[in-house]
Amino acid sequence: MRSLAAIGVFALLIALVPAMVDSGYLLNAIIMTLYAALLGQAWNILGGFGGLFSFGHAVFFGTGAYAMAVLQVNFGWNAWVALPAAMVLGGAVGGFIGALSFRYGLRGSYFALVTLAFAEVFRVLANTFQFTGAGVGLMVPLKESALNMQFGKTGFLYLILSFLIAAQLVAWWIRHSRFGAWLQAVRDNEESASALGVDVFRVKMLAIVMAGMLMACGGAFYVQYLHYIDPHLAFGASVSVQALMAAIVGGIGSVWGPLVGAAALQLLGELTRNLMGDAPGINLIVYGVVLVLMVNFMPRGIVGLATRWKR
Amino acid sequence: MLELSILFPALLNGLTMGAVYALIALGLTLIYGVLHIINFAHGAALMMALYGVYYLKDSAGIDPYLALPVVIPVMFAAGYALQRGVIGRASHGKDENILLVTLGISIVLENLALFLFRSDTRTIDTPYTLSTLDIAGAMISLPKVVAFGGALVTAAVLLLIVYGTDLGRAIRACAKERQGAKLVGIDVDHVFAMSFGIGLACLGAAACFLLPAYYVNPTVGNGFVLIAFTVVVLGGMGSFSGALLGGFIIGIVESVGGLWLGESLGQIGIFLIFIAVLLFRPQGLFGAKA
Amino acid sequence: MSANRSRRKFLKQSTSMTAAAAASTALGTLGFPSIVSAQSGPIKIGIVHPVTGALSYSGQLSRLGAQIAVSEINEAGGIKSLGGAKIDAVWSDAQSQPQIGVAEVEKMNEAGVSAILGGYASAICLATTQAAAKYNIPYVVDVGVADQIVERGLKNTFRFAPGYSIVSREGIKYLHILNTVAGKPAKTVVIVHEESLFGTGTANLLARDLPGMGYEVKEVIKHANPTRDFSNIVLRLKAINPDIVIPANYYDEYVLLVRTMRQQGFSPKAIYSVLGGGASSFKFVKQFPDVANGIMDCNHWYNAKDKRAIALRKKVEAMKDQFFTYEVFLNYQCVYLLADAIERAKSRDRAAITDALANSTWDKHFMPYGPTKFVNGQNIGAMPAVLQVQKGDIRVVLPNTLAEVEPVFPWKA
Repeated sequence: MRSLAAIGVFALLIALVPAMVDSGYLLNAIIMTLYAALLGQAWNILGGFGGLFSFGHAVFFGTGAYAMAVLQVNFGWNAWVALPAAMVLGGAVGGFIGALSFRYGLRGSYFALVTLAFAEVFRVLANTFQFTGAGVGLMVPLKESALNMQFGKTGFLYLILSFLIAAQLVAWWIRHSRFGAWLQAVRDNEESASALGVDVFRVKMLAIVMAGMLMACGGAFYVQYLHYIDPHLAFGASVSVQALMAAIVGGIGSVWGPLVGAAALQLLGELTRNLMGDAPGINLIVYGVVLVLMVNFMPRGIVGLATRWKR
Repeated sequence: MLELSILFPALLNGLTMGAVYALIALGLTLIYGVLHIINFAHGAALMMALYGVYYLKDSAGIDPYLALPVVIPVMFAAGYALQRGVIGRASHGKDENILLVTLGISIVLENLALFLFRSDTRTIDTPYTLSTLDIAGAMISLPKVVAFGGALVTAAVLLLIVYGTDLGRAIRACAKERQGAKLVGIDVDHVFAMSFGIGLACLGAAACFLLPAYYVNPTVGNGFVLIAFTVVVLGGMGSFSGALLGGFIIGIVESVGGLWLGESLGQIGIFLIFIAVLLFRPQGLFGAKA
Repeated sequence: MSANRSRRKFLKQSTSMTAAAAASTALGTLGFPSIVSAQSGPIKIGIVHPVTGALSYSGQLSRLGAQIAVSEINEAGGIKSLGGAKIDAVWSDAQSQPQIGVAEVEKMNEAGVSAILGGYASAICLATTQAAAKYNIPYVVDVGVADQIVERGLKNTFRFAPGYSIVSREGIKYLHILNTVAGKPAKTVVIVHEESLFGTGTANLLARDLPGMGYEVKEVIKHANPTRDFSNIVLRLKAINPDIVIPANYYDEYVLLVRTMRQQGFSPKAIYSVLGGGASSFKFVKQFPDVANGIMDCNHWYNAKDKRAIALRKKVEAMKDQFFTYEVFLNYQCVYLLADAIERAKSRDRAAITDALANSTWDKHFMPYGPTKFVNGQNIGAMPAVLQVQKGDIRVVLPNTLAEVEPVFPWKA
């Protein structure tokens, strides 16, 4: 229960931030960190706890983002009604990809590549259909009001915080539930888990559906925060990479890893962007080098390093 | 829309473009087959090789085809050093870490190119850039016909190395059973680095054949990474002849799919094949059962 | 007021170490002033472009144009009405991603900029203009051709150059003039466009309006970025054999398309690009002189008879490997537009500069726009020009008031 209390304390701390910080820069940086942590947790649930590495988490992200935009722009839905629909669709896409891949027993790099291919298929489709705006993309009209899920910085901070807390609770539940034990058993050895009576297919399905729903939340947030989505932003590789980087850098298979990873990467990004001078490229060169060094010195992620010190 | 008069040249175009894909995929499939890693830095390495070819032509006047004996060894050395000095060391043998390390390398290389060469798209002009070969009425770009031959030769050389030399035997041993290979006294780290080096050397060859009909800029590699993965999967991870045939198939599918569904939607055919192969025949069309 | 402000400042500093220690460390190292806009010393202007990532080519050229203008203004004595205050540019990289653009706007806000300029890509401009609007920072859009950028009622946003609906409307009009004067030799059109916002948006407008003027749009071919091989598209072009090919795509794809057309021996009566094409690129003309001859573009362009434009072109071409592109001169001009507004505002105050921009009647530019007049943030005088490559150089052929030479239409290859 101590770890559950930790989630509560964390929520409380972040909830107090707007009362004390009035720097828009800092608030935006915190919002983007929580957002990256959400994507990272969505990856971690499948990749960390379930051992199913995905290179195509953008497929869920984009589904959520497009559902949010299409329902509001084309069908005039309210954003608050569109959000659960976006989550359901994200989960459904997860279920569809999961059913196909797990039915045929895809694991390891084969699973990774199939998710990547699905993301590309969705990108091409979004680029083709008229109702997604094709290549022009979709723009959510600017109407700032809590009723439209369009806030100032503080409101958006609370929105992304509640998404992240939901994700943290899911991760906590996985860590402490029988389902989680099954999922980790499947990760460690599918055959012996199956021999012990674990319904491997169902366990994996549940994990990918939850990952899809959480990732769709991330997509929905993106659309509300930036008001524009196009096929490349939605289904391009950079979102998938952002999700897996936060999880792996922080430490996979842990409840706090994605948040720690997201914070570290955000900090690294801000520092390199601001301190490396104006020569284009230098900032990202340093970013890449530090990334490699981090892996070199912290092979089990930042959280892994911390637990090693504790022992 | 789909006229037969177009179909034949389109097939040939697909075949020659497929040869370029095969060249890029040959290196990737070797790296995957031996090291079991998905090399995200493959596109960035191709980009670096293309810059090498570009500057040899631009500042030393060396024709891209004559640059082969320079670019291939340099790429090999770079690959060997990269695997031995960075990837092998930093990844600690964990899949998720290899992922991040190759990703980090691609970020570094892409931005190094941006910093050193700027973001301009660069092209070279050779006497044969715009030349075509008349094949039964279809005008096929000469550099691409050359690339087609180059892909065949490269695959043959790779097969020769892997099945005809001591190094090849060691590579195959490491690919199958790395613990066992270690036990019989094979220097696994060295073999891994050799494989990575040979993989990048293939990119060196690909770059020499590609540039006369293409261009180079810091992000040019991204356009080939996913295609190369598709070819590798289709052919069976680790299979050279598979990569060669896979490249041709993908080239033709892309070409005919483009005619049929439009250039943009036509891309979907490639990914659907990719998914279908992964699901129903994950060992690839030509790969041995894993 | 000031007591309240300092209390908040104190609160912020004391809490930042606990609540968000990590992020504030970054902030601390950067030493951002917490009080917005200083009242003396140089005037800070934020200049944001995608100088890394997928759009870095255009982003770096954009930055170059702005850099030249800033240093020229500073060398000429800065902003006179502010006692010769120098422009202190805050250079920033949007990394070709909208959300990084937003983060950069936040940073510039806290650095106390009086105005922001740039964005280049439409997706980035949409995000950055809106982020700047939250702080009432005047924002000058340099390129960003999507119409929606100036259609959202943002009071801080000003676009000096035309958007894609103006460019395609004018592009169609000029094409029709060219064809009518020549005795209407051209009747059929194929549009080849890239699949993202600018290509698709432009192609949609062209495909909608061309039939009304008596042209048959035989086919609209969309292609991916990057497209690795244009052989098949050219095969289809050959089979359809349209009189006019209209490409709307980025430089890399344009190069491959036109090269492949030449290679396959296909030469239509005209290659007429709308936004983005080789006839507005000195680089293309220099590298592919044979292929380039005769191609036409309807694009952003300067008054080629203006001495200031000629001088700037010389200055840019004297630099190593640099070409005088629309990114360069539009950004150059946008900096001057902003400097003029600050000069008239006689203030560093954001609201005052926004007012000055809104009432701008600036005419000391070398673009064919006339004095600026902003309606809902769009400079309504902004117009494109039609260019043609003739004898290895880019020449303005339409409108007549700007034309350097007579157009050759149809082109006899």
